[in-house]
Amino acid sequence: MTTALHPIPTDAAVLALAAQRLRVELGPARSRRRVLDGVDVAIRAGCWTSIVGPNGAGKSTLLRALAGLLPVQGRVSLLGHPLADWPHRQRARTLAWLAQGGAVDAGADDLTVYDVAMLGRLPHRGWLAPPSLADHAAVEAALRQTQAWEWRERAFGTLSGGERQRVLLARLLAVQASVLLMDEPLANLDPPHQADWVALVRALVAQGSTVVSVLHDLTIALQADELLIVAAGAVRYHGMCAARQTQQALEAVFDQRVRVVGSDVGLVVVPDVSSTPPGSLSSGTTSWNPS
Amino acid sequence: MKPSVSPWFASPTLAASPRSARCWPLAAALVLAAAVLGTLGLGVGSTGIEPVWAMLADPIAAQIVWDIRAPRTLGAWAAGALLGLAGAVAQGLFRNPLADPFLLGSAAGASLTVALALAALGVSPFAATWIVRLGLTGAAFLGAVAAVLLTLALARGVQHTLRLLLAGVVVGMVLGALTSLVTLLVPDVLQAMQAFLLGSTGFVGWSACAIMMAVGTVCIGAAWALARVLDGLTLGEATAQSLGLPLAPLRLALVAVIALATGTAVTQTGLIAFVGLAAPHLVRTLVKVTHGWLVALASLMGGLLLMVADLLARGLVAPQEIPVGVLTAVLGGGYLLWLMHRRTG
Repeated sequence: MTTALHPIPTDAAVLALAAQRLRVELGPARSRRRVLDGVDVAIRAGCWTSIVGPNGAGKSTLLRALAGLLPVQGRVSLLGHPLADWPHRQRARTLAWLAQGGAVDAGADDLTVYDVAMLGRLPHRGWLAPPSLADHAAVEAALRQTQAWEWRERAFGTLSGGERQRVLLARLLAVQASVLLMDEPLANLDPPHQADWVALVRALVAQGSTVVSVLHDLTIALQADELLIVAAGAVRYHGMCAARQTQQALEAVFDQRVRVVGSDVGLVVVPDVSSTPPGSLSSGTTSWNPS
Repeated sequence: MKPSVSPWFASPTLAASPRSARCWPLAAALVLAAAVLGTLGLGVGSTGIEPVWAMLADPIAAQIVWDIRAPRTLGAWAAGALLGLAGAVAQGLFRNPLADPFLLGSAAGASLTVALALAALGVSPFAATWIVRLGLTGAAFLGAVAAVLLTLALARGVQHTLRLLLAGVVVGMVLGALTSLVTLLVPDVLQAMQAFLLGSTGFVGWSACAIMMAVGTVCIGAAWALARVLDGLTLGEATAQSLGLPLAPLRLALVAVIALATGTAVTQTGLIAFVGLAAPHLVRTLVKVTHGWLVALASLMGGLLLMVADLLARGLVAPQEIPVGVLTAVLGGGYLLWLMHRRTG
């Protein structure tokens, strides 16, 4: 694929994505908000990394910054090369990004499921060229992988939220990129399809792809190889999911209000309903106590 | 993936067939309807309705058909096609089903310069000589293009679609107010301005037809080439960017298509409402298509709509004539209301 044009230096070969002193500010000029502040990240190639953290921590922003979709300060590199040095289309063939919660326009309603998945082939197609056999094959394979092939003729607008998400996932797979970034890919998916997604990611990683996913479901996040914990615009912890230390860091970043417990199906993260909320709310609860 | 290749995608042409099977007949029907109605339209005029072949026997009547009615009918079709095309591109670019081709301020700019030209020249467009008419046409085009450039400048480029939209609204309002001021200061131009504001196909000659057809061909080619950008934008700007589309230059090209198409149509026929808005919607109710097909079909639909409106404008109260813009506004407004109730009801 890209290695032909961009030979990867051996020292960087293990890193799919890297960021140094990454700083992102968002919002209008007068009320700029620093969303990421001095983030250093190194995402290993051929491995599944989950990004987790409290609401507003900067998880999605980090993913967008790594995908080159935001103006950033600092260095981001893809497969050892600065992101800005990659030609548009070649970068798009190498790195694919899935928007949060299936954010699409009403304009997509008129496209068929097949059309939407075919958009994933844009980086591969010549400017005015019709889709090639390889494009059609990639789209069919992607739609079959997300079990959306049966609806290929349906208008995208007639699908439910979960069905749309599977089509958008197929759009991502159709790119056949080696680095896949997914923002909340489980949004609207029912538990069996969440399990299918995990199996799909495992298969992708087994084939050598790199997957980075922002997840709210911490139990599924812990199924990844590595966990990247983000809070208040900074990386708090980065380690193997299987390590107890990583699990403790996860409990800590959520103020000890979640518990990682072992079960016969693996690690499960549950909210700890017995713990008191920190701050003003806890003093409020004492006033309810007659003693 | 299954090892056996299903026949559905074995051939790229077959793969596209379910849609082509519906789009080609629709395109053919739109062209055929325009051709039939256009031919009939040659016989509709202030003298009533008579078959065109009977008129061609009489040299004077034949001259009326050839010099007045034929370019007018073809011109109405061409102007409608330009507006339909611009509407389809605008709705895709602004990712808003209610976007109108006049949104970037071209209509307001054309109105202002026409008002200024009329105030300076002191003539009515309906009683104008060719020279003055040419001056008005040039003024309208310059105004339309200048207004779009002003909108682009105020929006500081095309990076932000919403900023572009708001800048267009502001330019439209400010230039509209200035136009009102001109008509207030020079009340003589009021009546002439009214004719321009209502839109009319009555003054389209062969040269105007040629200009509109040439610009239309260029714009359709450009819009078709840019259609996959519009498809990509339906998934959101960030996703389109992640697919390797360089959005800034492509957006500029799309804005140029909208400006050129609307500027040319407004210049020749005045402000014709709703054709640009309704044509893409009508196509979408008939077929579900990608933008490549949409820009082509919306052009054909816009052409047909304005041609029908022009026929009705000429024929309904003959020998009087209704300004065609009034008809399109009434018909288009009614259609939009119906669409709104059908969607929400």
